[in-house]
Amino acid sequence: MTMDALALSRLQFAFTVGFHILWPTLTIGTAWFVTLLSFLWWRTGKTVYRDLMRFWMRLFALVFGMGVVTGIVLSYQIGTNWAGFSRSVANVLGPLLAYETMTAFFLEAGFIGIMLFGESRVSKATHFFACLMVAGGALISTTWIIAANSWMQTPAGAVADAGGIFHVVDWWQVIFTASFPYRLAHMVCASFLTCAFMIAGVSAFHLWRGQHVAASRTAFSMALWLALVLAPLQIFIGDLHGRNTLVEQPTKLAAMEGLWDTTRGPAMTVIAWPDMAAQKNLYALEIPHLASLYLTHSWNGEVEGLKAVSPADQPNVPIVFFAFRIMAGIGMLLLMTALTGLVLRMRGRLYDTRWFQYLAMTTTPLGLVAVLAGWTVTEAGRQPWIIYGVLRTADAVAPVAAGAVTTSLLIFFAVYNLLLLAFLWFAGRVAFKGPTDTSPEVAERPGMERASVGLFTHSPTTPLPAPGAGQAKA
Amino acid sequence: MTELMQADHVPLLFAAAALFCVTVYVLADGLDLGVGILFLAAPRDQDRDVMMASIEPVWDGNETWLVMGGTLLFAAFPAGYYVLLPAFYLPIMFMLFALIFRGVAFGFRLQATRFRPVWDAAFFAGSFLATFCQGLILGGLIEGVPVENGMFSGGAFSFLSVLGVLCGIGLVGGYALIGAGWLIWKAEGPTQVFGREIARAALILTAAMMLLVSLWSAWSVPEVAARWFALPNLFWLAPVPLLTLAVIAGIWWAIWNGREAQTFVLSLVLFALGLFGLVVSLWPYVVPRQVTVWDGLSDPRSLAFLGVGVMVIIPVVLAYQAHAYWIFRGKVQHEGGHGSYG
Repeated sequence: MTMDALALSRLQFAFTVGFHILWPTLTIGTAWFVTLLSFLWWRTGKTVYRDLMRFWMRLFALVFGMGVVTGIVLSYQIGTNWAGFSRSVANVLGPLLAYETMTAFFLEAGFIGIMLFGESRVSKATHFFACLMVAGGALISTTWIIAANSWMQTPAGAVADAGGIFHVVDWWQVIFTASFPYRLAHMVCASFLTCAFMIAGVSAFHLWRGQHVAASRTAFSMALWLALVLAPLQIFIGDLHGRNTLVEQPTKLAAMEGLWDTTRGPAMTVIAWPDMAAQKNLYALEIPHLASLYLTHSWNGEVEGLKAVSPADQPNVPIVFFAFRIMAGIGMLLLMTALTGLVLRMRGRLYDTRWFQYLAMTTTPLGLVAVLAGWTVTEAGRQPWIIYGVLRTADAVAPVAAGAVTTSLLIFFAVYNLLLLAFLWFAGRVAFKGPTDTSPEVAERPGMERASVGLFTHSPTTPLPAPGAGQAKA
Repeated sequence: MTELMQADHVPLLFAAAALFCVTVYVLADGLDLGVGILFLAAPRDQDRDVMMASIEPVWDGNETWLVMGGTLLFAAFPAGYYVLLPAFYLPIMFMLFALIFRGVAFGFRLQATRFRPVWDAAFFAGSFLATFCQGLILGGLIEGVPVENGMFSGGAFSFLSVLGVLCGIGLVGGYALIGAGWLIWKAEGPTQVFGREIARAALILTAAMMLLVSLWSAWSVPEVAARWFALPNLFWLAPVPLLTLAVIAGIWWAIWNGREAQTFVLSLVLFALGLFGLVVSLWPYVVPRQVTVWDGLSDPRSLAFLGVGVMVIIPVVLAYQAHAYWIFRGKVQHEGGHGSYG
């Protein structure tokens, strides 16, 4: 009975949090993109920025709504399904989550109305400020929630009493745990990178269709510049995060690498089937010493294997192993895409290369897949612990009836799939329709884009801000 | 701060903060849940457009108080959190499903054309179900939950009670009343008339259910009866029901004759009185008759950290939420969706 409720609660939490994580990922990136556009519209008065801002704001509104409603679920599920966990960590995580609500959710909620519906009622500067507050709120929220998650991964600054209740001794240590800075940087960068490719993909679609050309060129160019910076940065941060995991959670790292025995100078396992029963890899394809190089930055560094702990304390290795390969593979693919974009840009063919437009469209959802895979790596990789090395997931569950959890899980499954369909339908319609082009028609001026390779230079019109343009309806 | 933490009145401060969050939530989300409850009753599509536009910029901020209440309970009174949430598993889950539907209906209804009635229905059903579930939780809370070894020990349906159903119906009526008051204030023309017409029905339902819930809880929960009818208390508390009656009469008059904001403001007062009555019935328990605010409190160090935030940030939050309401002050200007939604 308890086992059932535990398995079902785990499934439900994994499903609801996995579904939820998609929307904040998109929210953070698009909020900052809209904020940037609002700033550019305020400072330059170029209508192309306003058109893009309104377009991405429409998509942002849908994404934000999904994030809000699926997020409320989580803050209650910690109590409804994980009462043992709540009892144990309330002193530590309670204040962190309360601070998230106070400093982030309220900030977003207080200014989202002005951002989405107030453009005609406030000045451009105020609108930019509202955007900044919403985007800032999204980042603050990320910071608190990653702090809470990192504490569960690498707990510090609190001690458990005989009854298993944690008491905080040092808040600074609780918030700034060993894995916190790496996890935070990796997550925020992932969000920006995901959105950069989302923007590039949608813009590529319009360029491919030959519509909204001015606005789409601007957005395409901005997105690819961002990607060019963020893709290598994310790989660099990922490497730092991985080496932090090597120190702090060696078993998780061993599962990511598929490394069973503690080894000097371990090989990189490109692909294999990790067999947990036999405690070894089947069909392994390996590159000698490579893992040692990127993990320890030396030829013969020692890396702890999975067998250092008993099989009962190992995570589900295949899940972690393959999720890591999906994430890292997508990271490489996105880097290649960004570099290809740079080459085409230098040759002045960024906006009219058909195959690159197809490629950009293909990469649109890949960031989200990588985020889900990365989340799987870090969450599945710390099992069987809910608080790493201290509290087992099995001891954290609430005294709820399995039947009740089955009911809620089935409804979540149905409702979330329905939501996803509705979202794809509406967001797809908005995205395919594209920005409302309010700038006057411009004759094609071939070669224009060759001349200007600067940062945000692709607005082929001289700005013609119509009087009262701010009041114009989209 | 630390000296403050030693004192006996610390639980009172945090109980007051939690109560404040619940009150703000009920009053603020009450108005937009109420508008949702009335959504299908409105005669014309244009009314629905105005109704939705009137709450669009503020609903998210209102609903955030629900998260605030939950996280504050977790942080300040963890026993309340990990006992009560599993105890009300099903009504909480269904409330969340309902809030999901009405939340996305805001975004999707604007985009929809052919399936707009579907999202209208989702918005109504979500608002209604979320409210009813809150009533079920409220009733179950007054009745009390079974606890053993500091953990909830009942079954999946032990939350279910007659009192819960009565509270559910009462809360639907009450939120509808606040929503109608909001429409009288914020809408013009036929939509405003609709608000006035429906407000009386909502008031009758609310008043009747307040009476029934009071009588039923006094009859079925002896501790509640003792609290109200024990001798010194009886005199001190007698003004509460009398004042409630006066407010009900005031709303009845204000609906057609008062100033436009009056019905709304008086409905809020009515709710505040109801909440006060609830506090009188349940004080000083977080988990009724099991865990008091003194037993259920978290660590001093956690409370100190939390307390700073609550005292500094919540006033700021209230200020800019008020500012958001101020930006969208006056009658709703409906132009086929606000601002950027062309």
